[in-house]
Amino acid sequence: MITSMKQDSQAGHVPAASTPAAPSAAPSTPPSNPSNGPRELPAFAVKDLNLFYGTHRAVQEVNLEIPNRSVTAIIGPSGCGKSTFLRTLNRMHELTPGAHHTGTILMHGEDLYRAGIDPTLVRRRVGMVFQKSNPFPTMTVAENVLVGLRLNGVKDKSLLRERLEQSLRMAALWDEVKDNLHKSGISLSGGQQQRLCIARALAVRPEILLMDEPCSALDPIATAKVEELIHEIKKEYTVVIVTHNMQQAARCSDRTAFFYMGKLIEYAETKAIFMNPTQPQTEAYVSGRFG
Amino acid sequence: MTSTNHRFRQGVNLAMNTLFVCCAILVVSPLGFVLFHLVSEGARSINLDFFIHLPKPPGQSGGGMGNAIAGTFELLALASLVGIPVGVLGGIFLAEYGGERMNGWVRFWADVLNGVPSIVWGMVAYSLVVLPMKSYSAYAGGLALGFIMIPLVLRTTEEVLVLVPRSYREAALALGLARWRMIVRIVLPTAMRGIITGIMLAMGRIAGETAPLLFTALGNDFWSRHLAEPIAALPLQIFAYAISPYDDWHRQAWAGALVLVLLILALSIGVRLLSRDKSRRA
Repeated sequence: MITSMKQDSQAGHVPAASTPAAPSAAPSTPPSNPSNGPRELPAFAVKDLNLFYGTHRAVQEVNLEIPNRSVTAIIGPSGCGKSTFLRTLNRMHELTPGAHHTGTILMHGEDLYRAGIDPTLVRRRVGMVFQKSNPFPTMTVAENVLVGLRLNGVKDKSLLRERLEQSLRMAALWDEVKDNLHKSGISLSGGQQQRLCIARALAVRPEILLMDEPCSALDPIATAKVEELIHEIKKEYTVVIVTHNMQQAARCSDRTAFFYMGKLIEYAETKAIFMNPTQPQTEAYVSGRFG
Repeated sequence: MTSTNHRFRQGVNLAMNTLFVCCAILVVSPLGFVLFHLVSEGARSINLDFFIHLPKPPGQSGGGMGNAIAGTFELLALASLVGIPVGVLGGIFLAEYGGERMNGWVRFWADVLNGVPSIVWGMVAYSLVVLPMKSYSAYAGGLALGFIMIPLVLRTTEEVLVLVPRSYREAALALGLARWRMIVRIVLPTAMRGIITGIMLAMGRIAGETAPLLFTALGNDFWSRHLAEPIAALPLQIFAYAISPYDDWHRQAWAGALVLVLLILALSIGVRLLSRDKSRRA
């Protein structure tokens, strides 16, 4: 776990609340304090984030705060940088050669990119579900769910068994696979595979779950199941979901961010984005006039 | 006008088709002839004795190549001890860790190594092992064969690792697994069949090598009791028997060649079975 730390090099970007001893005078702190909990720091506080692939700037000057235990949807046309932005939240973009970023991202007040922070530890706390389901083909259903725990050294059999059932139940998959736990993970149907991947991500108990178009390859019934599960897990988890499907964003998110051409155009309560957008581009997009 | 043109094209088509079929037959026929000849010359001399007995002195009939067959397997095992770890780990480095520039160089050198004549590897092993130990030995022969194995295993390992989809790697990393764990527990098992296929192909290639063994393993008419002693090997025994003046030894050489070809054929068939299973699964 990343412990709390001295924010020496990032003094200008630290929200006042993260340093209780210091006078809360940082002028750059955004006024939008999350409403849930008096002193609780937001899941993510993103400041002046730019992301480059080589010289191409895929994400431009993004500032936003993602509150805890809520669902935040990121919408926008293809190529607007929403998936790229999502991948900066658990440092997955670092796997892409030539990608680099400027700006800061604080997770619960801690700088994700501070020198000396191990990206694997970040990813243990910030799980991710991908667009295409990707269960490990050499593993059974049970092994797929438990791989994150096992490979991080958990050996306690009863804990593993408990997590297996819990995670599969949360992913609404338990009833369908409880008799086939030792079958290959890729023997499941497409929708089941995606829920298996969600169970796998939940089994390590991340604090935050990132979902990159998790339903784009699923039929409506499987989609409904995944949305239901998103609704269920937001009691304990913070969920950030990238989606192409505006109805999905409207149905299952609390807040929605609209990205266009790498810029964050508008970010507000989901209801406001869809009913009463302030930016003309947002209105054009959510009403279906482009994108 | 059109019809002469048409007839002309049909004629060309027929001629080219005939040419291609002839070329295909030319490709396939040598193996067929070799196998046929080996079987007709060697099959008579193959019996249980051939597999379990030592060679008899010239003039006496009977005897076998048991020591050479065992020696070939021992040499293959020793070569694997060198070739598999270096080749597989090197392949992992190329596929997972190396930078672009570095990889270009390593690949280039591996390809050059692959092209080095096998007798040169015999000389290398001779100066590295035989001279210091003051004796021909199975170790030296295994090392020479291992050198030949390294680039083969390295390149096939790299190729199959690169084929493992990025999505599996990302899924593993997103679970907070360290990179080496991801490689050992996710990527390698996924690519295991391909790696084994590469290893078997490399073994098939070195099983028939003769030149690197001439002044390393040397050959031995008896069972070798220690790996630090000279050891017999099928290709060496075939060579020694084939250039001998005795008819009986000639027959044994044919039989040895047949056994060697069948061994390599078995490895190739194993490779085909493994890779076919893989495609069926995917």
